[in-house]
Amino acid sequence: MSLRTPLSRALGMGSAGDGTAHWWQQRVTGVALVLLGSWFAFSLVGADLGDRAALVAWIGAPLNAALLVLLVLTAAWHSQLGTRVIAEDYVHGALKVPLLIALQFIHAIAAAVGVVAVLQIAIGGR
Amino acid sequence: MAAGKRPLSPHLQIYRPQLTSVLSIFHRFTGAALSAGLLLLAWWLAAIAAGEAAYATALGVLGAWPVKILLLLGVFAFFYHLCNGIRHLWWDSGRGFEIPQVYRSGWIMLGAAVTLSLVAWGLLLSGGGA
Repeated sequence: MSLRTPLSRALGMGSAGDGTAHWWQQRVTGVALVLLGSWFAFSLVGADLGDRAALVAWIGAPLNAALLVLLVLTAAWHSQLGTRVIAEDYVHGALKVPLLIALQFIHAIAAAVGVVAVLQIAIGGR
Repeated sequence: MAAGKRPLSPHLQIYRPQLTSVLSIFHRFTGAALSAGLLLLAWWLAAIAAGEAAYATALGVLGAWPVKILLLLGVFAFFYHLCNGIRHLWWDSGRGFEIPQVYRSGWIMLGAAVTLSLVAWGLLLSGGGA
């Protein structure tokens, strides 16, 4: 016998209220990062990292800029999901909520800084 | 007993490490390391955008040997998390859960991650870039 209401079972959102949203987002961003990450790694090992002008030209190419923006945003979301689980697993007590908030802030800042930098190079003519 | 002071069961420290559990915890370690890598990526892009002088400063930091060693370890963390992530997606499709299959995919994943890292290390170090 289940004590769950028929509505609760039909909605399938579980006790946390968001169902499989976290798990599913982690998979979708994971698939995206297999593609974006492989592209980025392949591009990076062939590049001369000491040559800023060449990097600016590479980042400034429209397709590269678009993929880099996607990479930064997708990686930030995937990382935010993952570090949240790690924090929830190991950190309890008074530190837990401040840490979870700090992780969200850090990821938002990293995403914003990364995207703005790419756009500055691609559009702003840096 | 206070909630934070309860003993952990089933006493993780007395288990003999197995390939399965070691690979699993390493997926988490490398994921955390790559989160630091995300900050590095944002900082690297910002340094390029900030101009010639700022990027020269950034290259000075990245070229220091302790940082360089961390970056090379980061390359392995990237390929490990990539390969094991694909292994996880394979499991998510409902396949590969028999114990012999789990061990086989584990060794294949580890071999692929090490091979990719060695190739990337060779290219990065011979290129004289990083």
